[in-house]
Amino acid sequence: MKIINADDYGKYRNIWIIAEPGSAGGIINPVTHEIAGRGRQLADLRGAELWILVTGNLGGRTDYGKDFFYADRVVIADDSRVSGFHDETESALIKRLIDKYRPEVVLFSATARGRSLAPRVAVLSDAGLTADCTSLDIEKGSGNLLQTRPAFGGNIIATIKSEKHRPQMATVRPGVMKNFIVDRSSFNPGFKGPDVIIERYEEPEILLLKKILGTEKRRGAVHSIAESEFIISGGRGMGSADNFRIIEKFASLAGGAPAASRGAVDAGWVPYSYQIGQTGQTVQAKCYIACGISGQIQHLVGMQACEYIIAINRDPGAPIMKMADVAVTGDAVEILTKMSDQLECSE
Amino acid sequence: MKQVPAGSSGSIDPVTKRLKREGIESVINPYDTYALEEALLLRDQFGGTVTALSMGPSRAEKILRDALALSADRAILLSDRKFAGSDTWSTSYILSEAVRKTGNTDLVICGKQAIDGDTAQVGPGIAAHLEWMQAAYVSAIDITGDLLSAERMDEHGTDRIILKTPAVITVVKDINKPRLKTLKGMLESRNREIEIWDFDYLKCDESLTGLDGSPTRVVRTALPPPRDNSTIRIEGSSGAVSLEIMKFLREKMIIEQD
Ligand SMILES: Cc1cc2nc3c(=O)[nH]c(=O)nc-3n(C[C@H](O)[C@H](O)[C@H](O)COP(=O)(O)OP(=O)(O)OC[C@H]3O[C@@H](n4cnc5c(N)ncnc54)[C@H](O)[C@@H]3O)c2cc1C
Ligand SMILES: Nc1ncnc2c1ncn2[C@@H]1O[C@H](COP(=O)(O)O)[C@@H](O)[C@H]1O
Repeated sequence: MKIINADDYGKYRNIWIIAEPGSAGGIINPVTHEIAGRGRQLADLRGAELWILVTGNLGGRTDYGKDFFYADRVVIADDSRVSGFHDETESALIKRLIDKYRPEVVLFSATARGRSLAPRVAVLSDAGLTADCTSLDIEKGSGNLLQTRPAFGGNIIATIKSEKHRPQMATVRPGVMKNFIVDRSSFNPGFKGPDVIIERYEEPEILLLKKILGTEKRRGAVHSIAESEFIISGGRGMGSADNFRIIEKFASLAGGAPAASRGAVDAGWVPYSYQIGQTGQTVQAKCYIACGISGQIQHLVGMQACEYIIAINRDPGAPIMKMADVAVTGDAVEILTKMSDQLECSE
Repeated sequence: MKQVPAGSSGSIDPVTKRLKREGIESVINPYDTYALEEALLLRDQFGGTVTALSMGPSRAEKILRDALALSADRAILLSDRKFAGSDTWSTSYILSEAVRKTGNTDLVICGKQAIDGDTAQVGPGIAAHLEWMQAAYVSAIDITGDLLSAERMDEHGTDRIILKTPAVITVVKDINKPRLKTLKGMLESRNREIEIWDFDYLKCDESLTGLDGSPTRVVRTALPPPRDNSTIRIEGSSGAVSLEIMKFLREKMIIEQD
């Protein structure tokens, strides 16, 4: 494995974001902008450039400069033979581009795709990789990337460095960097926008394509709690699947999204896609109402960054009641039913 | 298979603020029980042998003994001081060297992630070191000749893909229902051999193992910061508190004023 010599550090520059593909070919998943927004700040701190890598079957699109108006460069590799996600092909391409351009930092989204791809690239590139980061910073002086992630079920927050290897790589949890999304209207109007670099997949990489026989989208729309600003979440204290429907009813009346603790998911009242927490989704909504949720650390790590947290619990001593902004002692089912009634009456 | 502390997340010593490891029982990483079960099912269907492989301290023998009790054919523990402190890069390197050394492995099955570190990096890392194909988050597989068809999950749904073996897959719990240990299996496993492979036996590259061979390093651990807020307490009749919550939601403009 290459260890970087003192003289070689300077050869690795710039912050790279590996774009996460969205629902259809050529579309970018919005989570990319969360990470790239923080990437913009890190690049500025480091006096370096922000690069975005957009790869796959992009249908001939090259106008990604519009999406990434705040980046310095956008590298595009488009090939109609690539359909779906091929770990081997993508990792070989990214490794080759890393060798060619030598970024100092490479960031992926901690999605199923990113978490499968990043470790493969890290091994091929002799790079250190930190999974599921919740915050990223640049160490003053050394310029090392400080990568912070919860460990041991959220009981500990660990900060990780990769001092002797370049690039430094990390995957970043969707949702945790939402606040960094660059706002088009307030972004430096004098900024010239990104240069576009066109790259290609090479034959040996294409030969690694595995066969994708078909893709089945899950029925109904993807349950996208992460994008909602108002989340109403239920736990085991809701008591039954029927009672849980009051969460969904209130959410739909109030324009929020329903979610759950693992307690409610394990009880079989709602599918796993509802789960908030360490092994579920991380959210940063404006308001989070936790109904019948005790507030174990594994749940808290997924929602504690919300602006206002309201807890409704029968037990005033439950841990969630200490961390909430508003702690309501009472029966969640009754209280939510009354709240729904009030909304229905006012309509 | 990785041994992890039981209760999964461990607990924090209130004085030292470090993870308590002592006195906590180790168990098989729960996701790895699905990996083992899938291997046993494949063997029962197609023949071949199942090797349970773990890198860890000597107490990890226990989970390998469990694997033997569940009818694994062979158990190997990679254990050496030079392996201690390895990060996921180095761990996957050492595991891949062991797979190479077995000489005849067609398929490596890992759990989706280990519940202590939660990185999900070791499986794809092994694949990369071996330069084999990989599929992560697999919920079903089938085999024909040297082709493996797999259902691979992501946030949007499922892909059906075909890989060429040898390959590495990581599995989610939807893939099967692990069998339970039987008394007979436990008794039979008592005297079976667990092979211990150390650094000298594996003959891997020392500069790539252990704390010093690992590209990443934990430089700081801390307790999660408390939320910086004060709590308003509300109690009373359901009717009264529901009005108060609605008032709060309107004041903060979370729901519209009427
Ligand atoms: C490795 C690991 C990962 C995990 N990951 C996650 C994760 O991602 N997300 C997650 O949520 N959990 C996770 N957990 C589980 C977590 O530790 C808790 O077990 C879980 O969050 C508890 O769910 P709960 O709060 O709904 O249930 P409980 O802890 O049973 O709490 C129920 C609460 O409801 C209250 N209650 C009862 N009846 C009423 C009523 N009528 N009205 C109001 N309140 C009532 C009770 O006072 C109690 O506080 C994980 C655990 C481990 C070990
Ligand atoms: N020390 C280890 N020994 C054997 N297998 C491991 C070890 N560490 C990780 N694995 C495997 O890799 C998977 C993912 O682990 P992790 O990357 O640590 O989340 C686990 O489910 C195991 O199958």
